[in-house]
Amino acid sequence: MSPLLQAVLTIALGVGGCVGYFFGANLVLDKVLFPARGPHLARNITRANMIRPWVFLFPAIFASGLYLAYPVVGSFFRSLYDRTGSTYVGTGNYTFLFSDDGFRQALLNNFLWLLVVPAGATAFGLLAAQLTDRLRWGNFAKSLIFMPMAISFVGASLIWKFVYANDADIGLINALRAALGANAAVDVLQIPFWNNFFLMLILVWIQTGFAMVILSAALRGIPEETVEAAIIDGASPLQIFFRIKAPQIMGTIVVVWTTITLLTLKIFDIVYTMTGGNFGTEILPSYMMSFMFKDDGRATSVAFVIMVLVLPVMIWNIRQSRKEMR
Amino acid sequence: MDNIAGQKSGLSWAVNIAVVAMVLVWIIPTVGLLVSSFRDRDQISASGWWQAPFSVEQTYRGRVSTDHPSRDGALYVLSGNIFDESDASGTLYAFGTTGREPTAFAAGTQAPLPDGATLLVAANGDYRYASPEDPGTRGPRIYFGAKTPPQFSLDNYRTVLRSDGMDRAFFNTLTVTIPATIIPILIAAFAAYALAWMEFPGRGLLIACVVGLLVVPLQLALVPLLNLHNKIGIGQSFLGIWLAHTGFGLPLAIYLLRNYMVGLPRDIIESAKVDGATDFQIFTRIVLPLSFPALASFAIFQFLWTWNDLLVAKVFLPSADESKVMTVKIADDLLGSRGGDWGILATAAFVSIAVPLIVFFTMQRYLVRGLLAGSVK
Repeated sequence: MSPLLQAVLTIALGVGGCVGYFFGANLVLDKVLFPARGPHLARNITRANMIRPWVFLFPAIFASGLYLAYPVVGSFFRSLYDRTGSTYVGTGNYTFLFSDDGFRQALLNNFLWLLVVPAGATAFGLLAAQLTDRLRWGNFAKSLIFMPMAISFVGASLIWKFVYANDADIGLINALRAALGANAAVDVLQIPFWNNFFLMLILVWIQTGFAMVILSAALRGIPEETVEAAIIDGASPLQIFFRIKAPQIMGTIVVVWTTITLLTLKIFDIVYTMTGGNFGTEILPSYMMSFMFKDDGRATSVAFVIMVLVLPVMIWNIRQSRKEMR
Repeated sequence: MDNIAGQKSGLSWAVNIAVVAMVLVWIIPTVGLLVSSFRDRDQISASGWWQAPFSVEQTYRGRVSTDHPSRDGALYVLSGNIFDESDASGTLYAFGTTGREPTAFAAGTQAPLPDGATLLVAANGDYRYASPEDPGTRGPRIYFGAKTPPQFSLDNYRTVLRSDGMDRAFFNTLTVTIPATIIPILIAAFAAYALAWMEFPGRGLLIACVVGLLVVPLQLALVPLLNLHNKIGIGQSFLGIWLAHTGFGLPLAIYLLRNYMVGLPRDIIESAKVDGATDFQIFTRIVLPLSFPALASFAIFQFLWTWNDLLVAKVFLPSADESKVMTVKIADDLLGSRGGDWGILATAAFVSIAVPLIVFFTMQRYLVRGLLAGSVK
């Protein structure tokens, strides 16, 4: 069977199954279990309406429960067992992690990523949003800066390989160095410590567009009177930006910052594609992948460390949304 | 806010220049990839992509042909065109007789050989070799530098799609992406409607759960679910990856769609209820069509996410060649086996990002709307 035909067939089956479930379940509820006729008409309608939300919710609760809620518990229990999964080792995997140089390196690098990427992307995004705000071709410029959002991390890594390549005829950086008179090409991905920043730059490049789009909407939402009043009072453009505009969009800046922070914690593609975790560039997600398929106990314990890092943001998010609901 | 008092025209120039600079920095890497994907592989290693419109100087070698020997007095003469004897083309600017100095003599000059012979090569490649001794059946080598005009072709695309198996990977990506986009939308739309417009106990708690699940890192799910899939017989398969993507995408889908549906006017839904419409009818006839913008923005998110995903595909799909998606193919296969073949890498990358870019530029409006709905609230 040709791959295309197989794809079309499976799509039809999957989607058909979904539509069939909702339509069928609803039909069964109304016609078979609690038919809206006969002596118990009113009671049947009430009962059907009590059950219906759960019919609508069931696939979602089931799927997200199985694929996101269960793994939190499942991973934790798995991380208490050894490689084979049969011997209980307690916190053995965690004590191994914290005594392992690779893990400490990954943790340290991850903190660097968490410091640099959200700050960099938010700052560049804010700059782009502010600069393009009044331009006639601002939307066009924004669309180009936003474009990397559509590119996969693997694709973006390849794109940047053409910038970082250890060859003055391929890599832009080495071409610039050669133009400035440097003799030998350098591999920027092998410079200890600083190579991390070259990798972070890729994620900043991708995420700036996201920050820009959201912050630009927030900037547009600032009441114009406040800006005009500041201008009349003689504020300089810089003062207007830092004293008038920035404080008013602080809430949005925090949201953008946390969103990018969360993303940074999960990205393993860039490190995996660019350096494979070599030359001291390992971060937690890529460190975890080095155990994947080999030692499930250690892989899950790294995953759980990532979860613990995410936890404060999760709690803050839930509290925030409950506040809005009230 | 175009003509605010106190704004200087000099500043607006500075802003324009700054934005141009920023846009250039942002798109130059991608442009480089695109240009490189169309260039000849020899030219890629000989000059940078930013020099692509100019001729490339490269050195080649060929051998004097002994097919048409002739005599000129006491000399044995071999003549011909060196471009016929090598894979080069273009204009010859210099030549040499040793590999150490391939461009020792300018085109059109006569070079002495150690054994008393002479060699003359013209810019169009015509050469004349004259030797006092019979050259036999093996002519001497000629090394030369030629300027090749820029060559752009679809050769890299042909190689990548046919022999490197990217066509198969492309269809695999499509096979993973489309059901993994549509199924969560269907499931989430029903759930979002229930959470937005139906009254039942535990609704607030469920919404809090959705918000919480939004940030659960994917990494946590990999090991337990792969084990589960193996236990229930799904194993590593397309079915497995659809289920996984569906599960991972649901919280965002429910969150976005619910936020949108809650904002729909209450009057429409209540008057439909008064007219005797059931929840199922209200949902399919009223809420679903009205929620099209939100559905579209989530669809784009999920599409981009599943198309670009590497992690989930690595774990939930078999590692065999025939079920690799493009990201895995590039990261695991091509970067290893074709690591130095920049033209192939650029082309493969461009094949994999072309569809998301098209989707991005045509549906950007919905993407932006979805981002704003998800984050500014």
